[in-house]
Amino acid sequence: MSDRTVDRVAQATPVRVARKIRGLSDRAIAWIFISPTIFLLLAINIFPLIWTIQLSFTNFKANRIGREVKDVGFRNYERILTDSDTWLNMQATAHFLFWTIFFQVLIGFTLAWLLNKKFRGNDLWTTIIVLPMMLSPAVVGNFWKFLYQPQIGLFNYIVSWFTGKDPSSFEMLGSVQLAPWAIVIVDTWMWTPFVMLICLAGLRSIPDYIYEAAEVDRASKLRQFFTITIPMVLPFLMLAVLFRGIENFKMFDLVVQLTGGGPGSTTELTSINLKREAFEKWRTGYASAYAIILFVTVFGLASIYVKALNKVKQR
Amino acid sequence: MTYSKLASASAIVLAATTLSTTAKADDLTLCWAAWDPANALVELSKEFEAESGHTMNFEFVPWPNFADRMLNELNSGGKLCDLLIGDSQWIGGGAENGHYVQLNEFFDAESISMDDFAPATVYAYSTWPKGTPNYYALPAMGDANGWFYRKDWFDDPEIQAAYKDATGQDLREPESQKELLQIAQFFQGREIDGKTVYGAAIFTERGSEGITMGVTGALYPWGFKYENTPGSYDMEGAVNSPEAVEALEFYKEFYKTATPPGYTNSYMGESLDAFKSGQVAMAMNWFAFFPGLYADPNTGGDKIDFFVNPPQNVAGSTLGGQGISVVSYSEKQDAALEYIKWFAQPAVQAKWWELGGYSAHNSVLQDPGFVDSAPFAGDFLLAMNDVQDFWQEPAYAELLLAMQKRIHDYVVADQGTAQEALDLLIEDWTETFQDEGKL
Repeated sequence: MSDRTVDRVAQATPVRVARKIRGLSDRAIAWIFISPTIFLLLAINIFPLIWTIQLSFTNFKANRIGREVKDVGFRNYERILTDSDTWLNMQATAHFLFWTIFFQVLIGFTLAWLLNKKFRGNDLWTTIIVLPMMLSPAVVGNFWKFLYQPQIGLFNYIVSWFTGKDPSSFEMLGSVQLAPWAIVIVDTWMWTPFVMLICLAGLRSIPDYIYEAAEVDRASKLRQFFTITIPMVLPFLMLAVLFRGIENFKMFDLVVQLTGGGPGSTTELTSINLKREAFEKWRTGYASAYAIILFVTVFGLASIYVKALNKVKQR
Repeated sequence: MTYSKLASASAIVLAATTLSTTAKADDLTLCWAAWDPANALVELSKEFEAESGHTMNFEFVPWPNFADRMLNELNSGGKLCDLLIGDSQWIGGGAENGHYVQLNEFFDAESISMDDFAPATVYAYSTWPKGTPNYYALPAMGDANGWFYRKDWFDDPEIQAAYKDATGQDLREPESQKELLQIAQFFQGREIDGKTVYGAAIFTERGSEGITMGVTGALYPWGFKYENTPGSYDMEGAVNSPEAVEALEFYKEFYKTATPPGYTNSYMGESLDAFKSGQVAMAMNWFAFFPGLYADPNTGGDKIDFFVNPPQNVAGSTLGGQGISVVSYSEKQDAALEYIKWFAQPAVQAKWWELGGYSAHNSVLQDPGFVDSAPFAGDFLLAMNDVQDFWQEPAYAELLLAMQKRIHDYVVADQGTAQEALDLLIEDWTETFQDEGKL
């Protein structure tokens, strides 16, 4: 019996179908198997993308189907890129992205490093720490809203206990200075466990004999940390940063629950603005152009990042 | 023999009647916001079910999501709602985008006259283009933004004396916007019954329509106009007039100096909570909530009273309320129209008011006993005389979100000046009207 793919497939299929399959090349069978996926990919990803690009050059409004659709060229792009509010939204998003990733990596790695030590109750602590990421963002948003409430919120009371300030003298969600940090705190609380788990996987993948060899060579703990632990966990850390970066770039639910984009537009991230343009104002053409700009930004940044990640892996 | 023939004929007639009733009986769905008056409507509609044989189903959506949910439903040609009690601002879009059935022929055929309803409600809830006799809804629920306060605190001799000492005036229901602020500032941070209380709860919500509905409560009494000439979309000098700037500065001062801490994103629910929990001396909210507030066992009854939005340069209140429309995508339009015909009857309108709905029918409003029928009835009539509504254009959502942003940026986020906020608002609105081909 031949060991060709086509024969193996034929063996595993009913006789009538098998006869037909035997006449096909390996390449043809491969196409048959992947064609449903390709079809779905085209229907769900590529077609909407092309349609969005097309709509971005028009004044189309999805709630005004009967209205004449005009080609407006690059006007939507020009309006978005010259609108100072767009850049304020970008700044708010960048602030949120940078600080959430910074704190999540810092705290997540520290927790993973601590949990990697063998101690009693290790598993229990791991379970407790990962609980926040299992909650729904809507739930998290709502209960943090209560925690931040100036008159009854626990957060304000804790801060007051440490600083001596009156709890109702500051508003985490209502102050222009504090609101951007309030959303960073909540996202960090919720998603640090995710980064921690990835780091923990990285730490546990480092073979013990490497540390043993370093011990034999009398390398100090600090030197072991910087020359063994960090380089070997770095690809995992970078992966965590990529995941969190992409997720937080499109952050919507948590921030809407907490601040609704306010006060003013202080925490209006790009995704919130995009939703308002597309599904509240119904400026579909304009929103399509906005989506394309965001897509290009994320795609460009992610591509550069993935290249860097591959370089680190190859080292 | 005669009896048997008569019995047979009766049986046939009965069967035919039953069959015809069964054939016509429909399951109607009425969509509205989830709030107190909706519960009253459920109760009221039981009579319609009994009379018509139709079954009424209800889809009530909480206010913060009401516009999103229902406008998406209409825009997608959804058949969920046969009848929709939609916000007054939707009338332009509902008419121009073909979501609502035009009711003129039906009104003529059924002798339903718009002259039987309060003119302000017909203008606001039913007509498009504005003021023309083209009707897309029947006024269903009259409403305006009003005020309520802790009567027991206002009547307390110690508090009255303290107010007199502080201001030289008597503590009473405010007769101007500035007096309203003065009273709110007096209560701000005051100890009452061992608890710190605050001046007033006002609307500051950012996401949907809250802060716009709140700030217009100050803008209209200062004489704010959307256009120099109605229908011209000529906004320069109207929207950003010195009076409008002063009113906006006033609202910001109110927010900064006379509201509870943390009320940076508050609307109807938060206003009710603040009042019912005894945090504030006064609060703004829609008249629709007043029956429920009056009935509240803790802060209602003798402890509460109501007043119309105080005037400043002129009298003016923000319009709420809705008309009831037949959705053009409904497959049960005949039964839906039957409901409207039933609802328009004076007896049903009287029952509607009795149950807690705000009828806009003249037979109810002009009844000699109306003013004394509830502690807020007189204020409601006063408010409805001077109501003003937001743009009702098809692009109203765009216009509203622009105002939400500019006002919240200035009032809550402390960005720029009132003049700049209103100038930027004109820029936003001009862009929208240019896109709409109206400028």
